[in-house]
Amino acid sequence: MKQETRHSLPSQRRRAVLIQRHSVVTRLTHWLNMLCLGFLLLSGLQIFNAYPQLHWGQYGADADPALFKIGASESDGGPHGFMKIGGVSVPTTGVLGLSKVEGEWTPRAFPAWLTLPSYQDLAAGRRWHFFFAWTFVINGLVYLGYGLLSGHFRRDLAPDRHELAPRHIWRETIDHARLRFPSGEQARNYNTLQKLTYIIVIAGPLPLMVLTGLTMSPGVDAAFPVLLDIFDGRQSARTLHFITASLLVLFVIVHVAMVVLSGPWNNMRSMITGRYAVRQEGSDA
Amino acid sequence: MTILTRRRFLIGSTFGASALALTGYGMLRQNAELGTVIGAAEKLTMKAQRLLQGRDALAREFAETDISPSFRVNGTSAPDSEAYTHLVEGKFASWRLKIDGLVERPQELSLADLKKLPARSQITRHDCVEGWSAIGKWTGVPLGSLLTSVGLKPSARFAVFHCADELERTLDGSGRYYESIDLIDAFHPQTILAYAMSGQDLSVGHGAPLRLRVERQLGYKQAKYVMRIEIVDSFAALWGGNGGFWEDRGYEWYAGI
Repeated sequence: MKQETRHSLPSQRRRAVLIQRHSVVTRLTHWLNMLCLGFLLLSGLQIFNAYPQLHWGQYGADADPALFKIGASESDGGPHGFMKIGGVSVPTTGVLGLSKVEGEWTPRAFPAWLTLPSYQDLAAGRRWHFFFAWTFVINGLVYLGYGLLSGHFRRDLAPDRHELAPRHIWRETIDHARLRFPSGEQARNYNTLQKLTYIIVIAGPLPLMVLTGLTMSPGVDAAFPVLLDIFDGRQSARTLHFITASLLVLFVIVHVAMVVLSGPWNNMRSMITGRYAVRQEGSDA
Repeated sequence: MTILTRRRFLIGSTFGASALALTGYGMLRQNAELGTVIGAAEKLTMKAQRLLQGRDALAREFAETDISPSFRVNGTSAPDSEAYTHLVEGKFASWRLKIDGLVERPQELSLADLKKLPARSQITRHDCVEGWSAIGKWTGVPLGSLLTSVGLKPSARFAVFHCADELERTLDGSGRYYESIDLIDAFHPQTILAYAMSGQDLSVGHGAPLRLRVERQLGYKQAKYVMRIEIVDSFAALWGGNGGFWEDRGYEWYAGI
């Protein structure tokens, strides 16, 4: 007990130095990106609610087979919400398909608390979505341009050869699983799992969101018909847009969990002020 | 010491920012005026798409084998008016397409007149704003050739399509369907006034006797039951002033996305 209190006093800690962890561009684009993704997700679910099923191919409507569907049905004397993946139907009453809107059971795919606006309004959802889609793309381009020109990608994100050794990655994975995070000098830079994760998210799902989103636009399809070949059609693109968004939600959950588990205040400070505390052994700081 | 003050700053700023974001969020959700700011993206989208497309980039045309087995009827499935019922009973023999407004030679064309003109057939994808798509085959007269034959006045900027269906019952008639496109889309090679679908006369559900196809935009632009084409320099004076039934109800006028 006593030791714990002493630990929390800064003066009793091992000497910590504050290093410059994140540049101002990284920090600004990070938070703006978070804002965009939040609004894009909520307005995206509003748009999904207008037609809550997914298809594969160039076309797809009510009469065509769906890969995924959220809906409500009347059975056993009452309405039920369900989610259908392929041929498997999962009851989801209360959250998906059927949920309460101001105390009233209402058939709607995603519940009011997950959509923007909360009430059913496709037109408004679309306006929010496209406004933040533009902001997201411009913000992303600023970050990419900065990352390439400033050397941020090369310096901070590109793993070196020894980091990519399977042995090293395995070691880090075990450490992560035990929630043992790098400390001291090792904490100065991103670890390999972090580097790889960030590179994958920046190069994979984020651009994929933009491309699959654009493929849903008849105007963009006319300009770049090749998009329809890449994604095997507009309805496939819509499905991939939904799957990729789900993967990003998963990434954010893990990302936030890691931030919390590996020192939330230090991490948050570094993303807000840029400064990150690194503990040093010995007396010279 | 530094850590303590920084920590305090950090906690303060984080909570401050979250509170600000939450209030802002609540405020935005209720503020209808905000639509105008958010709507700025529409202009950007239109400019960007027009720049990337050029005037004549074509929407993809598909093969017969790609056609949807069933093409969903959407919006009005049958206009509910005596006048329209009368037209259906007479097999649209008395129907006339009026072209007027800012044109040199206003005209009235019968369905037979239209069918005598050079036609274009195209198998294209119809994208509903809700998210579904259906592929269908359309045959009709290129709008551009009709507009050329009536002659546009120099001030002409938009083609407005007045339809026979009332999608919303209102006392003032503001629930009547209408749509508008600019001259770039009006003269696009795939913009046709279709009188046939899959080689058959258009069914009532799909907009008989005549519907618009603007292939680079969404479904709500594809006006059905077209009765009159009015060429205007502005649609501000029409109904809600936004250029279309759905546009008056919050949807974007430029529906390329």
